[in-house]
Amino acid sequence: MRGMRFTRHRGSVRADLDEVEAGVLVQLAEEVLGLVDEPEVSGDPLAALVGLPSGDVHEPDDPVLSRLLPDAYDRPGADGTDPEASGDFRRYTDADLRAGKRADAQVVLDTVPLGGGRMTLDRDQADAWLGCLNDVRLALGTSLGVTEQTDPDDYADAGDDPAYQALLVYSWLGYLQESLLSCLEPRVPGTP
Amino acid sequence: MTAPAQLDRPETDELVDRPWVAIVWNDPVNLMPYVTHVLIELFGFSKDKATQLMLQVHHEGRAVVSNGTREQMEADVARCHAKGLWATLQQD
Repeated sequence: MRGMRFTRHRGSVRADLDEVEAGVLVQLAEEVLGLVDEPEVSGDPLAALVGLPSGDVHEPDDPVLSRLLPDAYDRPGADGTDPEASGDFRRYTDADLRAGKRADAQVVLDTVPLGGGRMTLDRDQADAWLGCLNDVRLALGTSLGVTEQTDPDDYADAGDDPAYQALLVYSWLGYLQESLLSCLEPRVPGTP
Repeated sequence: MTAPAQLDRPETDELVDRPWVAIVWNDPVNLMPYVTHVLIELFGFSKDKATQLMLQVHHEGRAVVSNGTREQMEADVARCHAKGLWATLQQD
């Protein structure tokens, strides 16, 4: 799965995917979509009805979800720094954060060429791909427990080891994201 | 002898004026060029400034990316989270 690269063509970004690559991307985007599904409604039903944040939104127990939806006040290694402020922050931002990640994943699912083929993305779609690839890598990297020193080659003798296979996918996703990044000039605030 | 009011006041003002900061933390997943890209898009940094902050995150484990009121920093942290950066806020 090393053949794919994003390239720039006038205003758009293009890539060719084979069937296996497209299938892996669909599966991973669907997993993210499921992970950041809307949380169960709790608290004041009237407030929920009119779209006001209500009830408590706690930090997820799952480390993967917790990395996708981080705490705003807890410094690394200092859980529970300010639970009240953390809870308030989450109450007001959690729904938007989840919705943004779902929207990015949906763009990937809508544009990926099922069965393989060429895809052409406009800038907004390319940005969504960039965001979703990052979410997918955060989810996979966290569940695999990768560190900055993680190198799939260390598992070279592992063959069919699922962790090795997953690391290969993880490292391919990094290559993909870097290739997409090289096609995108940052869009600076205040410019069209 | 000094009037108590004159003693109390500077401390109170200092407490009120202490700015809040948004901090980006190092993590093993985010690609270095991705962090630079996001810092430029979110905060309008030059490429040099964004690269310098990204390297500070990478080497020192953290970097302050903005400062201001608590509300502003909460908004900045939320924007960082939307892009997958690991960010927190605190009073400086």
